[in-house]
Amino acid sequence: MAEVLFFIAGTGAIAGAIGVIAFRNAFYSVLSLVFHLLSLAALFLLLRAQFVAAAQVVVYAGAVMVLYVFVVAYVGGESSLPPVGAGLVPLASVFAAALAVELLIALLGSGLAVVGSTGAAFERTFGTPAQIGELFLTKFLLAFEVASYLLLVAAVGAVILARRRRGLPEEPGEPPRHVPSPGLALVGTMAETVHALPSSERARTHQGGW
Amino acid sequence: MSPTTLAWLVLAFPLVGTVAIGLGWRLLPGRSAGWIATASIALSFVGSLGALISLLGRPPAEREVVSTLYDYASTVGVDARLTILVDPVSVFMMLVVSGISMLIHLYSVAYMASDRGYVRFFSYLNYFVFSMLLLVLAGNFMPLIIGWAFVGAASYLLISFWYRRTTATAAGIKAFVMNVIGDAGLVLGTYFIFSHVGTLDFLKTFEAAPRAFSGHQGDLVAGCLLLLVGAFAKSAQIPLHTWLPDAMEGPTPVSALIHAATMVTAGVYLIARMHPLFEQAPAAADVGAIMGCATLLVAATIGLAVTDLKRVIAYSTMSQIGYMIMGVSSGAYAAGLFHLYTHAFFKALLFMAAGSLIGAMAGIQSLDRMGGFRRAMPFTFGCFLVGGLALSAVPPFSGYFSKDAILVAVADRGGWHWALCVLGYLGSFITAVYTFRMIFRAFLGPPVQEARELERGHLHHADVPVNPMTGEEEDADVGFPGPEHHIAERSPTMRVAMGVLALGAVVAGLVEVPDVTQAIERFLSPSFQGSPLFEAQPPGSLVALGLVLGAILGPAGIAVAWMVWVRRPGTAGRIRQRLSGVYDLLVNKWYFDELYDGAFVRPGAALGRFAQQTFERVFVDRTLVGGTTGIVRAGSAAVRAAQSGFLRYYAALLIFGVAAVALYFLILG
Amino acid sequence: MAIAWYLAVSALVFCLGAGGVLIRRNPLVVLLCLELMLNAGNLALVAFSRGHGSADGQIFALIVMVVAACEVVVGLGLIVAIHRRRLPLDVDELSELRG
Repeated sequence: MAEVLFFIAGTGAIAGAIGVIAFRNAFYSVLSLVFHLLSLAALFLLLRAQFVAAAQVVVYAGAVMVLYVFVVAYVGGESSLPPVGAGLVPLASVFAAALAVELLIALLGSGLAVVGSTGAAFERTFGTPAQIGELFLTKFLLAFEVASYLLLVAAVGAVILARRRRGLPEEPGEPPRHVPSPGLALVGTMAETVHALPSSERARTHQGGW
Repeated sequence: MSPTTLAWLVLAFPLVGTVAIGLGWRLLPGRSAGWIATASIALSFVGSLGALISLLGRPPAEREVVSTLYDYASTVGVDARLTILVDPVSVFMMLVVSGISMLIHLYSVAYMASDRGYVRFFSYLNYFVFSMLLLVLAGNFMPLIIGWAFVGAASYLLISFWYRRTTATAAGIKAFVMNVIGDAGLVLGTYFIFSHVGTLDFLKTFEAAPRAFSGHQGDLVAGCLLLLVGAFAKSAQIPLHTWLPDAMEGPTPVSALIHAATMVTAGVYLIARMHPLFEQAPAAADVGAIMGCATLLVAATIGLAVTDLKRVIAYSTMSQIGYMIMGVSSGAYAAGLFHLYTHAFFKALLFMAAGSLIGAMAGIQSLDRMGGFRRAMPFTFGCFLVGGLALSAVPPFSGYFSKDAILVAVADRGGWHWALCVLGYLGSFITAVYTFRMIFRAFLGPPVQEARELERGHLHHADVPVNPMTGEEEDADVGFPGPEHHIAERSPTMRVAMGVLALGAVVAGLVEVPDVTQAIERFLSPSFQGSPLFEAQPPGSLVALGLVLGAILGPAGIAVAWMVWVRRPGTAGRIRQRLSGVYDLLVNKWYFDELYDGAFVRPGAALGRFAQQTFERVFVDRTLVGGTTGIVRAGSAAVRAAQSGFLRYYAALLIFGVAAVALYFLILG
Repeated sequence: MAIAWYLAVSALVFCLGAGGVLIRRNPLVVLLCLELMLNAGNLALVAFSRGHGSADGQIFALIVMVVAACEVVVGLGLIVAIHRRRLPLDVDELSELRG
């Protein structure tokens, strides 16, 4: 039974991966990745990692992928450009294939006992949220705290990256005017913090950093 | 006061003078700088007299006193100390230097009165006197070398005193370069001697010399020859003599002081001071004697042909120094220094008189333009006569006794030194000829226009000042001679100075009349103790022969000059035509300048051009620097190509790297 | 199933993700492929954790998930900012980071 489930889940994972790289439309790629993630969650369950599987579905497939969906909706999945860069396909295939071959050789040829076995003796508490939680708060407390710090930094970074620049109001009470972005001449966020192009409208009105 | 304290004071006065005048020139009113300078040298002279008296108050055995003021460095055996040695030789030189300098300062107060660089002149003059006194008082090789270099610098500063005159600056550079060659010789010679003796102190060196050089005669000869290079450069002997005639570009007091009486005698002093070393290395001493003899002849012959007044006197200086060098190299130390002393008097007198004459000619120095000043300038004429008679060694003037003493002592050495003696007498004859050629051409004969004007009481004034050598136009502002010219007849200070020197030129020789008053020889003997050459006294018959021969040759030369230039005026022209080759040789100063130009100056310039255009531009700039930067630039460009900006390219590199590492571990791990 | 099978799946997915990074031009899809690679890593971690019988691998996998989430946040923020500048969303065009 477990083998059948394994093959279904494994195939689904690989199919999802292929779908990610093959679809022209970015939206389909996202959906394909969601499918891949769910298959992976199944594989996790087969490996008796209950909590990780649940986290995969809730966090990864549920939150991260939803974020992706939002962005694809905003940006647009269709693009006028050919999805695949010319000239690099055969090379990329070679590299990837080479890497795959090497990894498979490494795996299958390795003398590690654990690779050949079906796993250690099963304990009832293996993979349970209780065990995970206990480990997080005792053995891996530092990793836990640092990870939360990382999340904070990422959130702040996201806010900074995504903010719009607006001109300050000339008189109090006036709504801030929308300032057109400078266009292709200035790229990157660095250009916004620097008072470039004194001749531009933005520079005249832009009074300070934030 | 002890001799050394007085000697330190003698050194201090000119130093204070130069610093005070040099730094405080704005505060000094009018012409006071000149008087301050003269006063400081006068105080120096008084100090020298005091040192003399103090030294004489000691018994002869104790007349070598050493005093150290400052220990500059005494490590690894190098004892570089600021030491002075007060002994008869240095006191003698001190007296000559400070005495003559005092009179020349007095002369300059009037002579340079209208020059815009008046204060600078006196600062330099005092600096020179300080340096010269340091040189002669040195008791250690270090102050000797320092003084040697300083007088060279002072000479440069004073030769190019009229610095806007291109000929003057070129002459200053020429003098300095040749002096530096001499400095290098001096320092290298010091090294050679020091490397064996192990000390820089003079007295200790002389003591240790016989032992230290017993197996290294070659090193001693080499060291002495290098010292001779230094002496020749400073004393303008062949082959390092070409700077002296050009040094006449400086003002006349400078020529009188530096290039007649004091600086050029430094070489003579050096050989006399180092006599123990030279006696141990007779090869070097012989070289000195031969070069001295050669110089005196060559210079005398050139003096017959040149027409610039100051250059005639310069060549006579070169010739007389040749006598002195020949003398001290042959062991006639007292005679050589005696001639130094008398020469200082009459040569300085001749230069001062020449300055007066040039002033009357409004700056023109060519004998071709002069004539008949006898009635217009009687005092100057008298000084010229006195100086000329002394120079021509006519008895009883001072030059007679001193030159004679040298030649007799040289003959007394025996062997091939007889040839030197004969040539010396020949030179003496030629000296008389050219000296009186100069005097007769300038003062006898029909008066030129400037002389006639002066007879009527009007001092000639040039409309536009010109360079006497090249005829270029000048002005009378700073950097060029002042607008007014001064002659002795109108300037009491000049007359006083010249008068004292004239008196000295007449009577100074009487202190060392053979077998009558041997004052100088007796005075100097403590310095030359133990020297067999000094002790040797020529036999009375030889001395008498020499006196008689000298007494004949001097007047004979004057007679020849009289015949050629006064009695039969066209004779000189006819001789010139018949011996035109010889005349060309003499007028072109035996082509030494051309020789050096071709041998050193042109190759040097060519080397410089090659270094700049070929080596510097092609090799260093293009190959070394350009090549290195080119390689770096190409390498950077190659590496920069990896930063293409394409994300996927970077990713490909990454994955390729990972694959490679995995492969590595697969194969090897 | 032996652990080796899971690891094989992980290797394949990883290489597919790597190939996708090299091939696709849309930065959004490149980020998706990065996710693939991260997930492949996660799978390997959990597989080994099962193999050893300790939950350390699963902790690691959870932290990797956190990191992936943060990275996605920042990456998508960048993509949104690029899109707002009216720049083409093409990895080949966005090549200013060069020497």
